Amino acid sequence: MTDTTQSGPMLAADGTPLKRSLARALRMQKIRALMLIAPLLLFVLLTFIFPILDMLFRSVENQIVSSTMPRTVAALQDWDSESGEGPGEEVYQSIYFDLFVAAEAKEHTKLGTRLNYEQTGVSSLFRTSGRRLDDIGEEFQDVIEDVAPALKDGATWYEIMNGTGGEAVAEAAKERFGRLTDERARGDLGYVPSADIAQMLPHTTDAYADFATFTTFEDGDSVAEEDPWEAVYAALALDLRDPDTRAAVAAYSGPGAEHLQAVAAAQEQLPDFTFKDALVDADKDWGNTETLRTIQMYAPNYTSGYFLNSVDLMKSPDGVQARPENQQIYITLFTRTLIMSLVITGSCILLGYPVAWILANLPMRTANMLMILVLLPFWTSLLVRTSAWKVMLQQQGVINDVLVWLGLVADDSRLVMINNQFGTIVAMTHILLPFMILPMYSVMQTIPPSYLRAAKSLGATNWTAFWRVYFPQSVPGIGAGSILVFILAIGYYITPEIVGGTKGVFISNRIAYHISSSLNWGLAAALGTILLVVVLILYWAYDKIVGIDNVKLG
Amino acid sequence: MAETTVDDAFVEFERVQKSYDGETLVVKDLNLKMPRGEFLTMLGPSGSGKTTCLMMLAGFETATHGDIRLGGTSINNIPPHKRGIGMVFQNYALFPHMTIAENLSFPLEVRKMGKSEREQKVQRALDMVEMGSFGGRRPAQLSGGQQQRVALARALVFEPELVLMDEPLGALDKQLREKMQFEITDLAHRLGITTVYVTHDQTEALTMSDRVAVFDDGRIQQLAAPDQLYEEPENSFVAQFIGENNTLEGTVKEINNGLALVELDDGELIDCKPINVSQPGERTRVSIRPERIEYNKDRLREGVHTLKAEVLEFIYMGDIFRTRLRVAGKDEFIIKTRNAPDQQRLQPGQQIEIGWLPEDCRALDA
Ligand SMILES: Nc1ncnc2c1ncn2[C@@H]1O[C@H](COP(=O)(O)OP(=O)(O)OP(=O)(O)O)[C@@H](O)[C@H]1O
Ligand SMILES: [Mg+2]
Repeated sequence: MTDTTQSGPMLAADGTPLKRSLARALRMQKIRALMLIAPLLLFVLLTFIFPILDMLFRSVENQIVSSTMPRTVAALQDWDSESGEGPGEEVYQSIYFDLFVAAEAKEHTKLGTRLNYEQTGVSSLFRTSGRRLDDIGEEFQDVIEDVAPALKDGATWYEIMNGTGGEAVAEAAKERFGRLTDERARGDLGYVPSADIAQMLPHTTDAYADFATFTTFEDGDSVAEEDPWEAVYAALALDLRDPDTRAAVAAYSGPGAEHLQAVAAAQEQLPDFTFKDALVDADKDWGNTETLRTIQMYAPNYTSGYFLNSVDLMKSPDGVQARPENQQIYITLFTRTLIMSLVITGSCILLGYPVAWILANLPMRTANMLMILVLLPFWTSLLVRTSAWKVMLQQQGVINDVLVWLGLVADDSRLVMINNQFGTIVAMTHILLPFMILPMYSVMQTIPPSYLRAAKSLGATNWTAFWRVYFPQSVPGIGAGSILVFILAIGYYITPEIVGGTKGVFISNRIAYHISSSLNWGLAAALGTILLVVVLILYWAYDKIVGIDNVKLG
Repeated sequence: MAETTVDDAFVEFERVQKSYDGETLVVKDLNLKMPRGEFLTMLGPSGSGKTTCLMMLAGFETATHGDIRLGGTSINNIPPHKRGIGMVFQNYALFPHMTIAENLSFPLEVRKMGKSEREQKVQRALDMVEMGSFGGRRPAQLSGGQQQRVALARALVFEPELVLMDEPLGALDKQLREKMQFEITDLAHRLGITTVYVTHDQTEALTMSDRVAVFDDGRIQQLAAPDQLYEEPENSFVAQFIGENNTLEGTVKEINNGLALVELDDGELIDCKPINVSQPGERTRVSIRPERIEYNKDRLREGVHTLKAEVLEFIYMGDIFRTRLRVAGKDEFIIKTRNAPDQQRLQPGQQIEIGWLPEDCRALDA
């Protein structure tokens, strides 16, 4: 009692300020509440939020080009694709070494598939050239091993390449490896590039460091005991094409200098073809600047390409432009999905409203009985229900048979009711109807019959009483049902797939195709993201027009 | 008595029966005639069929048997919206999605009345219930009493000749209820509307009505003006139901000169007015109002039978004293006396003699 008389903050019985002890008491409650929902939260986070975020990310993510061909991407940066000239030899050298590593990691076909979305033919280009890379290297290897037989042996190579001071080169190789294979290069490489060699023979050191990284981390072998890749011989030959390098080698006195000097001396015997020629020889598409332009265009880590594709646009050197007419499908699919979802929602309202009304106005027992009938379809598998519609609607199906039997339709002109939009609308209306009836029913149940009676006692006819008094109060139920049905419909997949034919499929079917058949997950993610955004926009519009607080589930 | 005074009845129930399930009769043989302008209350315990009668009159339930007439014509086959009966529901049934003004305007709109005339009438009706400035609000933004007035205004705005109200004040607190009771009767009389009012609050029924129909078991037990109902109940249900009442049980010994001599179960004799008894030997239940009992010997009439009583409890209630006695072996005998300067205050344990005028003691059915 004395507490109330003193000035200053209110104190609890134990003398702590009341605010603080209240906060403490509430905190305990909050923690307890949080612990109760923690499993669900975790579940939703893992199974719902993360996948959605992952999808959003995938729709713009494009690191595959820069992580598979890091040197090429860097070399292409300076190339002006609109100059009309192809890129220089340096780019082709980078392509050779990048592809060689990628082929060792078996990642080059993935990149081929990815780039094939943007330009057809790239996939096969990567696959064929991947097989020819070794041949190119062997041409150098044969000569080098002839003039310096000791270089047949991996141990000799190790002796030459290993040293001190070149850690940076090894680190760069480790990082390339990490990005390419999505694995961390952990632990000891067992190889430190010699700084002198690295300075004198940069390509060779790079190629050898790549080889060392793969040997240690991918194969788990010791670098010193393995024979190097063909690409290392090619890199040595490339390095020795420079007269300054040859002079430096002649003056070099480190381990194994005599072998290098032997190779340098026999430089004229080494093949002198350019890497460009070698690659074009492997696949002539390498001579096509389009290919390199595509690689250059999709080099950035993030791309709007998937989204452009989703709305029938594409990137071109002249900026964004429409796709060729025969490739434009997504806008059509989106509009079709939207319109058909609206039609389905509309027919669900028309069919469901009277049912819900009857259910809400029947005595409880009968209403529960009938409710079971409404829910009955949920007890059968979706596939069975959809397939049943096939039986009903097909040209030799039940409905056509009946119509022919009644003489309403000639036997030779049976109605086409399936594998088109009509079939999809009928089947989906049937399947989604309960989702409309349930919220409408529970809202209608809360409307006391006395309102209708009041309206009638005030002189309204049955229709006026319904339309002016009952209907407005049932709108929240219609709203809830419509949102439910529309959102379910817009993402529906199985039913359109089965009864939709080509004219009745939805955007989801295309998404499913890209997920499971064409494996273009980026495009699927972009389409999914657009669908999500469209739904959110419609939801927002609904909120603006009708008001989301005007939606009741009971 | 009262029924015979109604010659040209405005509302008339004739031998009306109602069953919902085909097994039990909820309303059994209802006969009722109301003149124009009367305020009639249906009073009765829960489940006695009051709402059912109202619904049949409004047209939301059909009578299983019998005839309901309005202004002389049978309305059995007229749909509710053509009956032109105003109705106030127990939960008011104001349309939640319309403003107050729209609610009131609704009956006028469906009658195809012009806009300006409509607005004028709505405003007048709102002013009448002192809600003139609330037209733009929604029902949910009003207090219970305000909603009640709006409901009343809505039932009256299209100027019906007959208004039905089903426990319209049930949800209000005591003070507001009393205020509204006055306002409703005042309005009804001022506008000359015929009103059927349902309640199970007997004070409400007695203070508001021209006549009260006491319902029980699907029948009108008594239909009479409030004072008559209180002072001259025709059967023991009405006597018990209306006001406080003392009952004693016994057997009729003899009846002559309009007086019945009743022998109570413990052998004492009392004089009563025979109401529902006609011959000696009948069992009877005797009813006396607590305020009609006298214990001051000087004021008792000569020759009246008296009873011995023992005071059990004396309760001071301000304006009155309430004393509980043991009489004829019963502990629940109550007497009420006015708090007058010369009034004697009884002490528990005191032995007294009580008596009453034979007219105030009614021998009813057992
Ligand atoms: N729709 C109905 N279906 C079946 N029985 C009903 C229905 N309405 C009322 N009854 C029954 O009819 C009887 C009379 O009901 P009614 O509503 O007329 O009583 P009431 O006098 O208005 O009671 P209260 O004072 O509680 O409102 C009750 O036994 C009730 O159970
Ligand atoms: Mg009732």
